[in-house]
Amino acid sequence: MEWIVAIVIGVMTASGVYLVLRARTFPVVLGLTLLSYAVNVFLFTMGRLQVGQAAIISPDAHAYTDPLPQALVLTAIVIAFGMTAFLIVLALKARSELGNDHVDGLSYVAEEQTVKSRQMAGDR
Amino acid sequence: MNLIEFNLPLIALIPFLGAPLAAWAANLNRSASAWTAALVTLVSLLFLLPAIQLPFQGEILIQSWSWLPSLGLQFAFRLDGLSLLFVLLILLIGLLVILYARYYLSPKDSMGRFFAYLLMFMGSMLGIVLSENLIQLVVFWELTSLTSFLLISYWQHQQDARDGARMALAITGAGGLAMLAGVILLGNIVGSYNLTEVLAAGDLIRQHELYLTVLVLILLGVFTKSAQFPFHFWLPHAMAAPTPVSAYLHSATMVKAGIFMLARLFPALSGTEAWGWLVGGAGMFTMVLGAYTALFKHDLKGLLAYSTISHLGLITLLFGFSTHLAAVAAIFHIINHATFKASLFMVAGIIDHECGSRDMRKVNGMLKYMPHTAVLAMIAASAMAGVPLLNGFLSKEMFFEQAVTATDGSPLTWAIPVLVTIGAIFSVAYSLRFIHDVFFNGEPVGLTKTPHEPPRFMKIPVDILVLLCLGVGIAPMILVAPILSVAVSASLQSAPPAFSLAIWHGFNLPLIMSFIAMAIGVLVYFNRYKLFRWHDENLPRIDARILFNMALHGLLVATAKVSRLFDRGSLQNAASWVLLTAVLAIVYGFIQFNSPLLGDRELISIDWLTLALAAFVVITSVLCAVLHHQRLISLIIVGVVGLIVSLGFVKFSAPDLALTQLSVEVVTIVLLLLALFFLPQHTPQERNAKRMTRDIALSVSAGVLVMLMAMAVMSRDYAPISDFFIQNSKPGGGGTNVVNVILVDFRGFDTLGEIVVLALAGLGIFAMLKNLRLPAPVRDIQGREWSQDPHPPIMQTLTRLLFPLMLLVAVFVFLRGHNLPGGGFIAGLIAAVALISQYLANGIDWTNARIKANMHIVIAFGLTAAVVTGLVAMLLSYPFLTSTFTYLKWPLVGKFEIASAMAFDLGVFLVVVGATVLILVELGKLSHASHQMRQQEHY
Repeated sequence: MEWIVAIVIGVMTASGVYLVLRARTFPVVLGLTLLSYAVNVFLFTMGRLQVGQAAIISPDAHAYTDPLPQALVLTAIVIAFGMTAFLIVLALKARSELGNDHVDGLSYVAEEQTVKSRQMAGDR
Repeated sequence: MNLIEFNLPLIALIPFLGAPLAAWAANLNRSASAWTAALVTLVSLLFLLPAIQLPFQGEILIQSWSWLPSLGLQFAFRLDGLSLLFVLLILLIGLLVILYARYYLSPKDSMGRFFAYLLMFMGSMLGIVLSENLIQLVVFWELTSLTSFLLISYWQHQQDARDGARMALAITGAGGLAMLAGVILLGNIVGSYNLTEVLAAGDLIRQHELYLTVLVLILLGVFTKSAQFPFHFWLPHAMAAPTPVSAYLHSATMVKAGIFMLARLFPALSGTEAWGWLVGGAGMFTMVLGAYTALFKHDLKGLLAYSTISHLGLITLLFGFSTHLAAVAAIFHIINHATFKASLFMVAGIIDHECGSRDMRKVNGMLKYMPHTAVLAMIAASAMAGVPLLNGFLSKEMFFEQAVTATDGSPLTWAIPVLVTIGAIFSVAYSLRFIHDVFFNGEPVGLTKTPHEPPRFMKIPVDILVLLCLGVGIAPMILVAPILSVAVSASLQSAPPAFSLAIWHGFNLPLIMSFIAMAIGVLVYFNRYKLFRWHDENLPRIDARILFNMALHGLLVATAKVSRLFDRGSLQNAASWVLLTAVLAIVYGFIQFNSPLLGDRELISIDWLTLALAAFVVITSVLCAVLHHQRLISLIIVGVVGLIVSLGFVKFSAPDLALTQLSVEVVTIVLLLLALFFLPQHTPQERNAKRMTRDIALSVSAGVLVMLMAMAVMSRDYAPISDFFIQNSKPGGGGTNVVNVILVDFRGFDTLGEIVVLALAGLGIFAMLKNLRLPAPVRDIQGREWSQDPHPPIMQTLTRLLFPLMLLVAVFVFLRGHNLPGGGFIAGLIAAVALISQYLANGIDWTNARIKANMHIVIAFGLTAAVVTGLVAMLLSYPFLTSTFTYLKWPLVGKFEIASAMAFDLGVFLVVVGATVLILVELGKLSHASHQMRQQEHY
């Protein structure tokens, strides 16, 4: 079972990293979402995998899962949402300011270059 | 309260406190700022008074306060003879400079800025000389570099002022860093940074194997500050500063800081061959070079600058001799140089002020225009030349005597008195030039205005200084012997050697050297034109500024090249560098890891359902990457992955995580859908095959490495600290849901930080979306028009019916959170989903009309609730966020527990609801606005 979980983490990481390296904002945000899933599960597995063990304290339970990684991951999930939201809005803002959704704001650069070349043509 | 328990730090701090006052006073009238600065200086002096007699009684006053006790660091101040001498020089000459500057600065110059800078510089200098702790001393040392930068660049509109200031900062600042390294090593060798211990450990330091390193590092600091060859070149360029600044920095203070260090650390570092060669060598070379160059400077201040370099070399050389009597001569010359050089700079300033030029080829025959100034200048310049009956003569005689003593009979060492005499010859020549060229030598050439005597108060500081030169020269035993004696004994850390400051020592070798220097010096001066021509024709011009600028430019170009290797203005490149670094770090970690990859923990057996779901996640994750060009599809796939992840949490005994992941998933997908509406629906194909290959290689290796890392951890047993939480959750936190108790109780401070982050994200998004306008697309990716029916009735009805139910669930999940899966985070997300679905189904106007709560206020309430819970505990004198609980018995409900952590959890709940709804509704408003825009276009 550990191998399965490890492979899932690995594949989610790989897809996430690939998407993070793309040139448009939306895939980058999706990639970060995938990457944060992978990171959360990875952190969670630091408490080792426990199947069918008690998470709540009760007199009947013999063994408990490790609550500490769970508590850490719980807040990490919520913070990851905050980060995703911030990024996607940043992407919207960039689109509105730059007129495109390239991560480097390319057409803005292109536009500047055309303005420059026009000026140079004008100078001539 | 005894003043001598805490007055020393105040002496150094008062000028810093007075600086803003002086800046402010400039608003009143032109003189107020100067008066304030003078008053501040006097107050500083006043604080010195109660302790002033202590050094004369042979006491060392030390005042210290704990700073970083774990590192053995203290704020420690020290007043001994040497500190006292320098404090007096700094404050008294400072006072004269302030008076002088008041009349020197023109109405165009900002008085407030000048005096504020000057006071800050004064405070830094006082800090250096009063420090007992060496690290603290270096801090003040660097402060003088910074404040002198401000002073030198005071006329910011002038290019040469800016360049000169930058050069001074670069050289002295870099030297200060070297000195910091040296001081840290020194502290490590001795085991203490306190001067008392360091000065007592001279033998230990000199025998230590790092002695040479320490010496070189500290001397780098000293030589850069005191303008010793080969770092002397910044000083002439610093002459672009206003003349009062030059008079202060280059006579009594800035450049003397390096000399002060030599005197201060003399017992700890001196007496070795390396010290002799390094200190003596640099001093000798600098003295001769400075004196020679000074003669060829046509600019008055340039002449004085090189003369300063030469005299600093002289003092350094004296310290290089390492004998006690040489130290006496060195410290005596520090006093004398400060007085005559400060007055000469002031004279140069007066001439510049009255003539509009400092060029000695134009400024001639000033005697008849300003006789008073001329007399002052002649006396001061004679002191510089070492004419008898003036202070410069006395220290120069002592210097010659030491030079003669330093010879041990071998022909090589006879070079010392010979070189010293050569230096003195040029010194006489340039001093004579200062007198003859400026005040005699015919008529002025091409001056724009007719010179006359300066205002009376501008001359008073010069009067005082020149009187001192005379007084010390004629009655040295009365005027300087006491302070000189205590300063020397503080510098040597022993009783001062017997010295006599008599004018007449009999007819001996030093006196002959003086006569030779005078005679040949006069000869050299009157043949100067031949010499100038020879100098211009035969000596190569080395302009250190050009070399310095070339080095600086080269450094900038090189750094730009290095950064261009990694950053070409493309996020994709930058991100791949970051990821590559991470991958390499993991690989390195694995290489360093010596045990087998997998541990021996028993693995859990595989069940088919999990395997099937895992296979599904793997396929969907890969599909997401492959299909990312179709954005809507890839978004749906991400949602699927998230849902299966939450199922995984269920499987592996983490119900709280499953609930959180599930509700976050809903919110995230809605959010991304809303945003996608405004973004292109399709990602264009990339054509760069090389980049694709690189990215695939990078992502696959990242995935494999992370997988191996996870596996390496999961296959090993471990001993967590979680048992503590499990055992104390119920008795200490009053809850059986350990995860929730950790969040709101054990690690409550972390959670507080996290909800603050969430709140900030929400507010940041609000700020970004404010006034943002984006055109809504008319058609979807397949060319169909977007539906104009915004709110389908079935959805409207259903969500309205469900709304109370959903809120009820949220309340239920919240209340049970302390004991069963649930809690503020999850309940907050559920409530947020309930609210958002109302917005989605019914539209913003309809929902806003019914939900009156402003989400900003909800967030504020939440944060306040969380913080107040913590503060209440503090009020009851428990640590911040300590929780408590009790049991209540209500009719019908029965016995139930109530914990103060619930109030904190309520804060979490409110922040999560507020931030989530704020984010989504603001995004929704964006589309609302653009829809309206389009509708308006339709009509």
